[in-house]
Amino acid sequence: MKKLQRIFIYTFLSLAAIVSIFPFLWMLVSITNKSVDVTQGRLLPGTHLIENMKTLFATVDIVPALINSAIIAVITTILTLLLASLAGYGFEIHRSRGKDIVFTILLLSMMIPFAAIMVPLYRMFGSISDTAPLIGIDSLGAVILPTATTAFFIFFFRQNTKMFPKDLVEAGRIDGLSEIGVFFRIYMPTMKTTYAAAAIISFMNSWNNYLWPLVILQSPEKRTIPLLISNLGSSYSPDYGVIMSAIVIATLPTALVFFLMQKHFVAGMMGSVKG
Amino acid sequence: MREQSTKKSELDLPVSLRYKETKRQKTGVFFRRKVGWLFVIISIIAISIFNFYPMVQAFLLSFQSGMGANLEYVGFDNWQRLFGDPTFIAALTNTSIYLLIQVPLMIVLALFFSVLLNDPKLKFKGFFRIAIFLPCVTSLVAYSVVFKYLFGIDGIINQFLLNFGFISQTINFLADPFWAKVVIILAITWRWTGYNMIFYLAALQNVDKSIYEAARIDGANSIQQFFQITVPMLKPIILFTSITSTIGTLQIFDEIVNITNGGPGNATISISQYIYNLSFEYTPDFGYASTVSYVIVILVVILSIIQFRVAGEKK
Repeated sequence: MKKLQRIFIYTFLSLAAIVSIFPFLWMLVSITNKSVDVTQGRLLPGTHLIENMKTLFATVDIVPALINSAIIAVITTILTLLLASLAGYGFEIHRSRGKDIVFTILLLSMMIPFAAIMVPLYRMFGSISDTAPLIGIDSLGAVILPTATTAFFIFFFRQNTKMFPKDLVEAGRIDGLSEIGVFFRIYMPTMKTTYAAAAIISFMNSWNNYLWPLVILQSPEKRTIPLLISNLGSSYSPDYGVIMSAIVIATLPTALVFFLMQKHFVAGMMGSVKG
Repeated sequence: MREQSTKKSELDLPVSLRYKETKRQKTGVFFRRKVGWLFVIISIIAISIFNFYPMVQAFLLSFQSGMGANLEYVGFDNWQRLFGDPTFIAALTNTSIYLLIQVPLMIVLALFFSVLLNDPKLKFKGFFRIAIFLPCVTSLVAYSVVFKYLFGIDGIINQFLLNFGFISQTINFLADPFWAKVVIILAITWRWTGYNMIFYLAALQNVDKSIYEAARIDGANSIQQFFQITVPMLKPIILFTSITSTIGTLQIFDEIVNITNGGPGNATISISQYIYNLSFEYTPDFGYASTVSYVIVILVVILSIIQFRVAGEKK
């Protein structure tokens, strides 16, 4: 009976692992095969990898898309980290009844579905397009602004600030640091792990964001990676080897971030719920 | 100046308890409270502009109608139109189906995996954990396109089923109203189960092992242990994951657009996709689109309250 249970557990987990990994293996195998072989269900690595990559870079504007996505993800992440940690710190260290109420109201914004505010946001950015083209429709700035401040990250930083030793704030004040000095000189260096975790989540969210860039970006040269892949995926005569190559390249940054910083990643996820 | 006179615990006290301070201390605390607002003010303004203000705008828009920028107030016409709009009914039904099947399926699977992986005697634990979590590194668009090809008429799933004799002819999964929904539910479950599992695994590590020991001595089997100990212990985290999953699935967009694009017909269209189509694909009708979007808002609020109630009841 005990042995049967063991066998069942291992079989079940192995099946789950295979199902989880299979699409990745298929992607990796497909980038080395010709489109015809992919459709014929070939599951062995081929010799077409370099050919696929050449075609990809020659026929698809993947480099500009990668650059756009990188610019957006990096700026969004920096802004998010700075603004959300300032706010999380402010709400927790400089606590007051008024701020607690405001904090609760801000949290409510986490429940707002993006689809509900997409149209007003689009109209808002549309109305400033002429006066401020840098943050108007079809600009990278317009992609960044609404996603750079989210209540989730403020909540995240506040939760983690609960672990921050408050004596350090006092110590900083005694050393004659200004309130903002305490934040930059003491809080930031102490909270490196929290910043790392937030950076990973923010970068991944931004890199993978689809709906808002789809709404606000119009010209092909502004396209981000998810828009490009979505476009490739809906073509009528897809070259599977090439599309899979684009998908693998698009997934590499987030996969790398995950594998290099696995601990921070999980810590970050947990940090958002504990306390 | 103010530093030495500040009591250590002062910051933890509510404002009302701080009145006994001397005048000098008071100025210090007052100044610090003002400075405190400076830390949070940019975020407050940004969230107001990019979240709350658009919410109000959308609410006003939901009572307006017209093409593009030519909008005028039409009272409750949009709200009435909802009930006679077959596409909206389809979108609402589909989204409800995804929600009712996918969220429970995923949460049960994730709980099950986490309990199995929490067994200290289990081998290859690290491998299983990483393997099941791996789908989370993919972008929603990327994995959707992969799933579209996997389940295509000449896709690998069809060939697999054919070769092993499960089916006698290929199934056009994505062109069949039933199978297309199944593929979408499978896809979301594939992407998010590992993510939820990580939360449960971490929570399980905080559960005292001696409780299970005691239960075993009392003669409770593993199924009883699961329902009597594990589930009650993990209740807060189960609540958290079911609320976030519910909000996520209610807004589902990326997968639908990239796997089926709402088809065949409107068999898989979701509310978010319908809002997008109303605003940017068809002749833009921002007013009606906002009305439809408020349906999601109402659903999110109602379902969150219900989930809180259900979780709170058994305490």
